[in-house]
Amino acid sequence: MNTPGRLTRAPENFLDAAQIAEVQAGRRGFLRAAFAAAAGVAAAAPWNAAAQQGAGDPAILELPEHSKGLGQPVAARPYGMPSQYEKNLQRRESPGLTRVGASSVSFAPLQGLFGIITPNGLHFERHHQGWWDVDPSGHRLMINGSDDKIVKRPLVFTMDELMRLPSVSRFHFIECGANTGMEWGNVAVPTCQYSHGMLSCSEFTGVPLKILLDMAGVDYRRGRFVLGEGADGSSMTRTVPMELVESGEVIVAYGQNGEMLRPENGYPLRLVVPGVQGVSWVKYLRRIEVGDKPYGSKDETIHYVELMPGGLHRQYASLQECKSVITTPSGGQVLLDQGFYNISGLAWSGRGKVRRVDVSVDGGRNWRTARLESPVLSKCLTRFNLDWVWDGKPTLVQSRAIDETGYVQPTYKQLRAVRGTRSIYHNNAIQTWLVQESGEVKNVQLS
Amino acid sequence: MSSCREIGLALALLTAGAVQAQATAYPGVGRTATQSEVAAWDIDVRPDFKGLPSGAGSVAKGMEVWESKCASCHGIFGESNEYFSPIVGGTTQADLATGRVARLNDAAYPGRTTLMKLSTVSTLWDYINRAMPWTAPKSLSTEEVYAVTAFILNLGGVVPDDFTLSDRNIAEVQRRLPNRNGVTTAHALWPGAAFGRRKPDVLAAACMQDCAAEPRLASFLPDFARDAHGNLAEQNRSVGAQRGADTRKPADAGVRVAAAATPVQAPPQAAAPKAAVADAGAAAAIALTQKHQCVACHSIDARIVGPAFRDVARKYAGRADAAAYLAGKIKSGGSGLWGGIPMPAQALGDADAKLIAQWLAEGAKK
Repeated sequence: MNTPGRLTRAPENFLDAAQIAEVQAGRRGFLRAAFAAAAGVAAAAPWNAAAQQGAGDPAILELPEHSKGLGQPVAARPYGMPSQYEKNLQRRESPGLTRVGASSVSFAPLQGLFGIITPNGLHFERHHQGWWDVDPSGHRLMINGSDDKIVKRPLVFTMDELMRLPSVSRFHFIECGANTGMEWGNVAVPTCQYSHGMLSCSEFTGVPLKILLDMAGVDYRRGRFVLGEGADGSSMTRTVPMELVESGEVIVAYGQNGEMLRPENGYPLRLVVPGVQGVSWVKYLRRIEVGDKPYGSKDETIHYVELMPGGLHRQYASLQECKSVITTPSGGQVLLDQGFYNISGLAWSGRGKVRRVDVSVDGGRNWRTARLESPVLSKCLTRFNLDWVWDGKPTLVQSRAIDETGYVQPTYKQLRAVRGTRSIYHNNAIQTWLVQESGEVKNVQLS
Repeated sequence: MSSCREIGLALALLTAGAVQAQATAYPGVGRTATQSEVAAWDIDVRPDFKGLPSGAGSVAKGMEVWESKCASCHGIFGESNEYFSPIVGGTTQADLATGRVARLNDAAYPGRTTLMKLSTVSTLWDYINRAMPWTAPKSLSTEEVYAVTAFILNLGGVVPDDFTLSDRNIAEVQRRLPNRNGVTTAHALWPGAAFGRRKPDVLAAACMQDCAAEPRLASFLPDFARDAHGNLAEQNRSVGAQRGADTRKPADAGVRVAAAATPVQAPPQAAAPKAAVADAGAAAAIALTQKHQCVACHSIDARIVGPAFRDVARKYAGRADAAAYLAGKIKSGGSGLWGGIPMPAQALGDADAKLIAQWLAEGAKK
């Protein structure tokens, strides 16, 4: 039975026979038919034309209250909040995706974010057994080994002690392995908040895990696997390769964008594993174990395994490959008029820096290279922009990222040819948005 | 030269006393963990059963535990899809022989159960031990964890009805798991050397001109799903290059004109004051239900483990002392009125209990 509000997946073949025939005839014929009804609208006057009539714009001619009165005092809101006009941008759940709020996902509103940093209050959430606001005075981090020889001296740290150690601050993206997972088979969600919003990027501050492991006296020859474990009810555990710790990249982090981590993001301590899917960034981190074998934990054996054609599941698939998405214009938005627009989006790679992003406005036949905005950092979101003049015609907009290893973001066709459609995880295919003649942007996939 | 001797001495010290030197590199920070502390937290069980405590539990005992602590979420036979993905189903006796679940190749089979994916039995034991029951993790005894593990395996036909699972026979059970041969690490997504270094499996080229054939639309949301994620006009900024589409209206109803007519929405402060006060009371009560973890078992509209708040509100709608009665029930807990799962007594303050009860008595409005 369908519950109101619960998403029903789009069937693969929901076009009728006549429409299929038109689709097979190619894009132009089909789109012309589909959007003929909206064609009259395209000729409408610019939306602000009315304001230019007469003596001029009332927004200029009639002074507003804020020009004629006294404003608010300092610290009226001791922890500042966004403008009341920004309420539309919130993290949101995808209806029907999960059934209990404490084991669910809320998506970051990428469609309205600028630059590369995610405001802490809009960072995506994924909880397996609810979130907690943990008292830092009682929080401990333990380092131990799977046997007595791998770690010579098991250690315990308080938060006070961890925050005394040499710290680093680094910008990294965090992406859930299941980001874009609903779109493997077909289009299932309307906007980039739901298609790509299990993605955020912060400046994290903390201690390189290597420092703590050195203090404990780790046998790096035998200890090639690192287990992170959370202090919350689910006590999340994930295996991380020692190589990433040895590189100095893995951080035991307490800071996020200048303040402490938010409770929803693991306050007071979380693991930061750059380039690796979010589930390995264990929140409420209470323990690190160094071992000589991988751990086969619940979230790397029962969950977060990827079904491949042939029926095998990939295990320990952790890295987030190069990916990009245009955030403006994007699904569910409406362009107000023809003319100039700045196509803008995000690109990232778990293997390093983004080297280049190309943008197509004709469904992937021709591409132009976008501007990468600084900074361009390793395993971090990179903002790209490209000038574009919309002529009012149906337009298929795509972005394609290439990272410093030369890896090229694939199309759905290329990705599915290797991995099928039932993987759930690690969907990094090129996203297509269709700007319709009405100005409304639609999430579409191409054959 | 003395400097040479010093370097030599320093090197010798580094080699001989490396651990000592490292341990004192940050004096005053960190201390050695006691054996009891490590034992209290080091609960992980590896696929080679390292970390598995000795003990045993029978299928029969597991059924008892299951029915009292697990079935309300997972169903009597572990088959429920109501709150979580099913645990049991989709495996066959033939799979036990091959160690590969054949139905994983059947795209028409709905969903993937835990037993269809499970490749190491240690994982199931560890999962239950660390994280179950969902609202009271780590509350099961070692015997109960063995027993529930045995019961699930029995539901899946892996072990017989009279089986007792223990640390001594769990390796044999591993050799019967239906999907024990169903995983691979032959991929390029492990950023270490342990499983072999591989090149990415999906290779694309960065063609720039006249690349693909004429693009054809293969998939998009059908019109009936247009509003499935709520009104997208309310999910986009009200200023800037774009607006959100008003998905309460049909797709081709002149969206652009509608957006132009309302360039910036009026701020919400214009709402009627009375409604605003009522909303604030509801918001405060809802916040309290989250603060006190009521929402782990109750939601406003739907039954979870306990009844929906709305159902409670309806049941006591005609009762004059509903608020006082419900405040008492929240504090004392109860059983039998809403099914077999008891509600434990809640340790929250009187003021909070009264506020939640008042909200319930007034209809549990959002």
